[in-house]
Amino acid sequence: MNIEIPNLTAFDEAALDSAFVQLERQARAAAAALDNEAAVDGFKLQWLGRKQGLLNEISGRWLKAAPGEAKKLLGVRFNALKAVVETLLDEALGAGPTDAALAREAIDITLPGTRRLMGAEHPITRTLNEIVSVFAALGYSVGVGPEVETDYYNFESMNFPPGHPARDTQDTLVVAGQERRPQRDRLLMRTHTSPVQMRTMESQPPPVRIVIPGKVHRNDAADATHSPIFHQVEGLCVDTNITFSDLKGTLDHAMKVLFGSAVKTRFFPSFFPFTEPSADVQISCIFCGGKGCRKCKNSGWIELLGCGMVDPAVFAFAAEKQPAYDPKKISGFAFGMGVERIAMMKYGISEIGSLFAGDMRFLGQFA
Amino acid sequence: MKILTKWLRAYLPGLPVDDARLAEDLTLRGIAVEGIYDLGSGNGSGNGSLFEMDITTNRVDAMNHYGVAREAAAIYGLALPVLDFALPEFRPTAKPFSVRIEAEDACGRFTARVLRGVTIGPSRDWFAGAEVATYFGLLEQKQISNAVDATNFAWIAMGQPTHVFDLDKIEGGIVVRRARKGERVKTLDGVERTLDPEDLIIADHLKPLGLAGVMGGWDSMITTETKNVLVEAAWFDPVAVRRTARRHGLHTDASHRFERGADFNAGHVASALVSSILLANGGWIEGDLVDARVPALEARTANRKPVELKLSEVRRILGATVDAEGITAATVEGVLIALGCGLATCGGAALDNAAWLVTLPSWRLDLEREIDLIEEVARVYGYNRFANTLPAFGEGVRALPWAAQESEVRRTLLAAGFHEAIGSTFCSAAEAALTAPQPGLAVPLGNPLSEEAGVLRPSPVAGMLAMIAGNLHRDVSDVRLFELGTVFSGTTEKVDERPALSFGAVGTLPEQGALHAARAIEFHDVKGVVEQVVGRFHARAVLFDHFPAEAGLTPEWLHPYRAARVVVDGMTAGWFGQLHPRVAAERKLKDPVLLGELYLDRLYKLPLRQPIAREISRFQPVRRDFSLVLDVSITWEKIDQAVAGLRIPELVEWRAREVFRDAKLGAGEYALLLGATFQAADRTLREEELQEFQSRVVEAVGKVGARLRS
Ligand SMILES: [Zn+2]
Repeated sequence: MNIEIPNLTAFDEAALDSAFVQLERQARAAAAALDNEAAVDGFKLQWLGRKQGLLNEISGRWLKAAPGEAKKLLGVRFNALKAVVETLLDEALGAGPTDAALAREAIDITLPGTRRLMGAEHPITRTLNEIVSVFAALGYSVGVGPEVETDYYNFESMNFPPGHPARDTQDTLVVAGQERRPQRDRLLMRTHTSPVQMRTMESQPPPVRIVIPGKVHRNDAADATHSPIFHQVEGLCVDTNITFSDLKGTLDHAMKVLFGSAVKTRFFPSFFPFTEPSADVQISCIFCGGKGCRKCKNSGWIELLGCGMVDPAVFAFAAEKQPAYDPKKISGFAFGMGVERIAMMKYGISEIGSLFAGDMRFLGQFA
Repeated sequence: MKILTKWLRAYLPGLPVDDARLAEDLTLRGIAVEGIYDLGSGNGSGNGSLFEMDITTNRVDAMNHYGVAREAAAIYGLALPVLDFALPEFRPTAKPFSVRIEAEDACGRFTARVLRGVTIGPSRDWFAGAEVATYFGLLEQKQISNAVDATNFAWIAMGQPTHVFDLDKIEGGIVVRRARKGERVKTLDGVERTLDPEDLIIADHLKPLGLAGVMGGWDSMITTETKNVLVEAAWFDPVAVRRTARRHGLHTDASHRFERGADFNAGHVASALVSSILLANGGWIEGDLVDARVPALEARTANRKPVELKLSEVRRILGATVDAEGITAATVEGVLIALGCGLATCGGAALDNAAWLVTLPSWRLDLEREIDLIEEVARVYGYNRFANTLPAFGEGVRALPWAAQESEVRRTLLAAGFHEAIGSTFCSAAEAALTAPQPGLAVPLGNPLSEEAGVLRPSPVAGMLAMIAGNLHRDVSDVRLFELGTVFSGTTEKVDERPALSFGAVGTLPEQGALHAARAIEFHDVKGVVEQVVGRFHARAVLFDHFPAEAGLTPEWLHPYRAARVVVDGMTAGWFGQLHPRVAAERKLKDPVLLGELYLDRLYKLPLRQPIAREISRFQPVRRDFSLVLDVSITWEKIDQAVAGLRIPELVEWRAREVFRDAKLGAGEYALLLGATFQAADRTLREEELQEFQSRVVEAVGKVGARLRS
């Protein structure tokens, strides 16, 4: 912008006023037009430049010409103008580019964001971890055991004697070539996580509080709700004075943490060879709140886990290696739940097979 | 199993609840009613309801009408009438029918009743109420003939298997014995069977008649010609029946009951019931009931030693009830007596010292010990009447030793955009041979789900490959998966289990969109993930190497020139790379598949890396790029080692910034832009220093064959 330096003929106050007001007006107009960084640089150079800057020129021109008595007033006015220019410059620098300049940089913000793909934890892992953490908060440690077990740990020590019909309820996948071996040493795919109860008790005297997450296998035909591969979480609590009401309270608490505090539990007599008394546990339907719906077959209840007081026969097996498991002195409870069933319920999964197919479209939903 | 409430109410006319409530009360006491079907005429009158039952296998005694009625009587405190069927006087006989139990280990009791002059035909009205026709009608049980209906009726009423023989086909008398080698019998299903010397059979003096407790024989069955019959009601040992049934692949109502324990004392009652139905069509009884018993087996069933039960033990196991009074001596006595136990007090006078000697009912072979009685008390009292209490805390909580490591591996792969999958534990023998880290250690199953699942997976790669192929065949072209699972190796005598990681990727990188072109995922993308996973662990040295094709050390499933071994502190920690094109072609996979396995048992031996912060220099870093030309035989590793070998402390970082081929270069050459950053912790670097560093870098890479591009 072209700046005109007024021609100063007199150095009285009115003449100085007029000249400086004119200069200040021009400075303000120039500053207002600054719309980019280059222009701001130009403004700075034009007004404050050391050699060719306007202020330099003004001071050179006028101060030389001014009579001695006017020099002081001129100096004051000059410094005021310099301050105004510096302020304008500061403002221009602080304000950054103008709206017009910014408008030229517009983009289409409605285009979808470029997403970094996040991997999804498997719904079974997620459910297992949730269950385990509920019991960890109740003082349970985590234990694991082998997926290939001996007949002794999977059946015999869990009080399924050889030839007992209860073995038929758990169709077993067996390792080849076991026929000639003693029954107790025969290798099989564990049909439940319960053998880890015995392995844990053999390795430590009471008290025991342990949860056991794990993969198990059965020789079952696959359908919408059955898979030959599935997961369980087993729990075991052994101490002096552990009662059936402790079992009830523990599972009631755990179900409330997992499914919401409004959930109710209901215990039914059941049968498992390794617990007595044994119970099946139902929770009030999490879909209808107990009023009855398709998911709960209109009963208002959903069966979720099996449990019971550890059978004295199981303690007797443990006592072979750890005599402290004397069923007259200690007692305990055990429980087990199917993880797939809980995950399917929580996440609305209708086909159990989809959990093991590795389909990206299915798994991606859990990211 | 189906139960008619009309029938239950015939035993318990005083049942105080409607059918729906009865179903719920039974269910809450372990006699589960799964379905209720109204048979018309409203509740409590007329036809009542049909209950579809689901009763656990330990409670065979309750899988019949009388057994369920007993449970209901215990719940509501009703008296259950004793089953008794009056028969006409028998006509005396000079020669009682001969029954001999030879297999005294397996047959505890055998009752036989001879009926003569009977007429085989449709069942006649029996008693005033014509129960057979009514109940069978409601149960939709077909009426066949009075002989068949009679045994069916006894079965449905009281769960006692019985059998009716054509008496005239029996030669001599009955012998309960083991079969002899080579003996044959044709069973009621028309199958001619060769018997095993272990089979428990019913025979006459000359030949086998049937499989004891499993199925009767064809030749001695009742026909319309039959005039004289023998009614059998017996008690057989569970194991003997189970073995016989299994050997012949038979599962019948009778074998089901005997395998789980029948009532030693029910035989003569059932025999009377069957006889009375048959005699309704005419005929008479010849001689008194023949009742052969084996005292040793009677002592194990009907005459068991009483069990001691203490109230204090009941309370120790069961704990607190909602009702402040808790379980009392009266509760215990009420429940057990209603279930058919005999109670003799043996404890002290104080209520809390109450104790009993409990005589066990012959039909409850599942009751043997004090704990079994405690369970009965809890069951009938009602599980939901117990309080919800929490045990006191025990010792400290221990996590799995490798829980933190596994969780870090998972976290790293999730952050790299891989979805977690769970694959099959099994694979085919061919897949095992292809993917096993060591040959010959795959463990076969004895009864696999299918041939494709014939062995325990020695590597998770087979499953990963199957899941990748599954996606591609479903037209899902971008795949990134990993699995954390167990792998198996060893022999059929001893199986080792190890944790393993598999991962696989196909297609394009996810960071694409309208503004960025898609880029195919390639080897180095996967290598980066492996580096990050391994980088979670505190290792002294991590390197990647490969072997010449002829060494035969690269896994067969990998492309021999696009595969790397992961070496951590000198241990092989895994392999990864591009799927071998031959394997890909066999599976009809067109896009290059990148996949690998890490041996987590080896990585888990290392602690997780503990981050340690370093002082960040205040002084200006200086970047210098070197444009190099190299022969294709010179790998990055050589340049990297040459630069590292300089050990210039101020050379804080260097990397390959760009690798490219250029028409202006000679054949067999490529260009590499090496970027280096110099920085001192204590000063600003001077130009002369930088000049010196640069010439040392140029000299070092020159020694391994790189020249500066002019
Ligand atoms: Zn519902």
